[in-house]
Amino acid sequence: MSTATTTITADAGAAPRFDAKWLIIAVCVALTLYLAVVPLGFLLWQSFFTPQSAAKAAVFTFDNYRQAYGSEETWTLFLNSLQFATGASLVAFVIGTALAWMNERTNTPFKGLFFALSVIPLIIPGILFTVAWILLGSPKIGLINLVLQNLFDTEAVFVNVYSLWGMIWVDGLHYSPVAFLLMTAAFRAMDPALEESAVMSGASVPQVAARITLPLVWPAVFATILILFVRAIESFEVPALLGLPVGIQVFTSAIYQAVHRYPSQIGLAAALAVTLLLITSVGVYFQSRLSSQGSKYATMTGKGFRPRTIDLGRWRYFTTAIFLLYFLAIVVLPFAVLLWSSLQKFYAVPSMEALSRLTLDPYRTILSYPNLARSVWNSLLLALGSATLVMLVTSVICWIVVKTRLPGRWLLDNIASLPMVFPGLVLGLAIMILYLYLPIGVYGTIWIMLIAYVTRFMPYGLRYNTTSMLQIHKELEESAAMSGASWFTTFWRVILPLLKPGLLAGWIYVVIVSIRELSSSILLYSPGSEVVSILIWELWENGQYVELSALGVMLILALFVLVLAAQWLGRKFGIREA
Amino acid sequence: MLTVTGLCTDYVGERGQVVRAAQEVAFEVPAGKLFTLLGPSGCGKTTTLRSIAGLERPVAGEIRVGGDVVFSKNVFIPPNRRGLGMVFQSYAIWPHMTVFENAAFPLRVSRKFSKEKVLRVLKTVALEDFADREATKLSGGQQQRLALARALVMEPRLLLLDEPLSNLDAKLRERMRFELKRLQRELGITTVYVTHDQSEALALSHSIAVMNGGRIEQIGSPREIYERPRNQFVADFVGSTNFLEARVLSREGDFYRVSSQIGGMKVLATDPLANDEIVTISVRPEDIELSERKNDGPNVWEGTVYQKVFLGESVDFVVTVGEHQLQCKAHPSLRTRVEETIYLRADPEKCVALKRN
Repeated sequence: MSTATTTITADAGAAPRFDAKWLIIAVCVALTLYLAVVPLGFLLWQSFFTPQSAAKAAVFTFDNYRQAYGSEETWTLFLNSLQFATGASLVAFVIGTALAWMNERTNTPFKGLFFALSVIPLIIPGILFTVAWILLGSPKIGLINLVLQNLFDTEAVFVNVYSLWGMIWVDGLHYSPVAFLLMTAAFRAMDPALEESAVMSGASVPQVAARITLPLVWPAVFATILILFVRAIESFEVPALLGLPVGIQVFTSAIYQAVHRYPSQIGLAAALAVTLLLITSVGVYFQSRLSSQGSKYATMTGKGFRPRTIDLGRWRYFTTAIFLLYFLAIVVLPFAVLLWSSLQKFYAVPSMEALSRLTLDPYRTILSYPNLARSVWNSLLLALGSATLVMLVTSVICWIVVKTRLPGRWLLDNIASLPMVFPGLVLGLAIMILYLYLPIGVYGTIWIMLIAYVTRFMPYGLRYNTTSMLQIHKELEESAAMSGASWFTTFWRVILPLLKPGLLAGWIYVVIVSIRELSSSILLYSPGSEVVSILIWELWENGQYVELSALGVMLILALFVLVLAAQWLGRKFGIREA
Repeated sequence: MLTVTGLCTDYVGERGQVVRAAQEVAFEVPAGKLFTLLGPSGCGKTTTLRSIAGLERPVAGEIRVGGDVVFSKNVFIPPNRRGLGMVFQSYAIWPHMTVFENAAFPLRVSRKFSKEKVLRVLKTVALEDFADREATKLSGGQQQRLALARALVMEPRLLLLDEPLSNLDAKLRERMRFELKRLQRELGITTVYVTHDQSEALALSHSIAVMNGGRIEQIGSPREIYERPRNQFVADFVGSTNFLEARVLSREGDFYRVSSQIGGMKVLATDPLANDEIVTISVRPEDIELSERKNDGPNVWEGTVYQKVFLGESVDFVVTVGEHQLQCKAHPSLRTRVEETIYLRADPEKCVALKRN
């Protein structure tokens, strides 16, 4: 009996002799374990030790924790982080839910534009969005202030992004499309027949809302807020660019500062990172609990039904206005302000005079910038390399998890998803520590960033592959075995081609998120291994705003083309986004 | 051609518990014959088939194909080296290949590709005109034939069919049944067929094994299974029947005289019975003759019509005899009304005494 439980795999072809299958599986499993678990171990270890140097060996200590949590500042740090993440997630949630409701359940015009929103956070990287909003909302040069000051003829500062509220607004706004997508899915998953049958049972509209609609969407609401919260607490660009100049610290920016101090305090950073990791772990844990519970509530009946929409009457001009205002704030203004600044020799607020000085100089400067070619090359190399590796490795992992009955496969699934809880900055820190101590020559090269990207985006690859893999009937594989195909032939000629939609979609997604990756790279790059997002960061630190804008405009356009290509491929190969 | 002895296969369920799906399964299929594993879902028939295919690993027993041991205590030939053909319930047609490539796949992976062979097998299943079509563009029946072509292209020693007709609509299923029978008889290929549909099994098979709870209940020709069921399960699962409790009174040659719930009966028994033994009598509805006039002979009872259902080709009667109700099937010309008296008669050959377990 025990032999059966240990050897039955999906094809049960467990021939006792050597098989390429076991080699490939072993390599992929080992790689996953190594990537996901080892850095975590080193991070924890470092948080309890003094830094190792040529003169002194590492010594066990609680000092890092004492320093990190023993002061008044810690309390402020914790409170700031909590306020920022709660605020940003609520802003994103309220905006996203309102839009989702308007789009799904009302007859607001311009519905086609709504779904264009879903790609905004992908094509406008956080750092560019933040910079754009600095140009819009800073107290001195912010266009919004200038316009309002002109209008009312005062000197008062109307908006100030360099504040906790400013941070909350910019970060919440940037990620509101995520909330929009998640809540749209929730609204769609609800069969209108459930509400209609309540109406037929004699319930009034408020009764239906309170006793049917709300309980049904509640898990989705809570899960969405959790996702947004975890994401906001991991956010690095906004706190670094808006918070640090005015001394508002959150965990991510505090970790960054601890590393970049001289001498750098890696132990302190690690101690802070452990708390951050704990918070995100709790969030991700509850979110996964909710979504597994959510399937109980999922009322998908397969083919898309279009719920009845509410006729808003004259109110629909109001909802349209809200939507257009939103569109202005999230796309038009940020892009326009970057475009404007990219056409100036020195940054100047729009005026007739400045209009006459339009120039393409920033583009010329940035294109001849010494690091540009290398950064673009590095970014491309990393994006293509990590996307390919991630998708191939996770396809094997996913096959083991979905298709076999190997004991411990659920553990493998969880381990491969573990990097989900790592904020980018914490992952960067953990990998940095690991390869500082592991002298295999990757520290300070582009390889360390490849490792970081593969680790960070593995869960996404797994997600995309799992969706496709679940749709592959196991008999498609078994019939290949019955036709005489070996495991490798089956995997190569049947599984991978059938996975193609998911593989392609996931591949492009990982390419896009790799190109915009900043928070891991910021701790891992060194001269020679800069990537485009790091270049933008450096331009910002140097105050080269117009060159930054020129690079930003080009990057946004490039990402836009990539997203269009992804959607075209999606239609061609019939990808349905999960 | 195929010999299965003492086969036991476990199945690890969702929560990791071990389910014994096949127990002590043993049978033999002579070359060129079609053998059917028949039973309700969860009876172990598919597990047995998958064990023969090599897709499940049994825990005990032995499987031989044409004299070669493919499974025993120390032998496990993986499915891709067993050289068997199999048609899956879902057909498992690869959507990313054309019709031709689907059928050619087994030849390609064994590096024995020959265009003529593929075309010949496509012709056998009447798909030669669809060779270049995308496999997903085929109808259900065509996909089923393509799956068959793919299973046949290697000229396997043994063909395994896992509920191949269950995904088709009723009309098509009937047509494919004849098609499948013709092909199997023409090619003379040894076949193991799994189904839960008793009429399919009766129509196609040379011999049938009825399975229940992981065990084989009875093996026999379709006629034996139908007319001489060995136990209540087989009698009930294959066709519909009336069960009557009875006590054995005496033996009369091949027959026994019993006293049943509806009175004295003369019945047939396959296994010897002892006097005073309690048995169950199975009488099929179509074997009960109904008439308004009383006939002579054994096994004649008087009853009243309790209910009748007109079905077009026949009329189903429920007749009350004493305290007991019997299902009967009659020709539509019989017009006896509800609550009127009617006479029942059953040939002793058709009244089968089943031993109680």
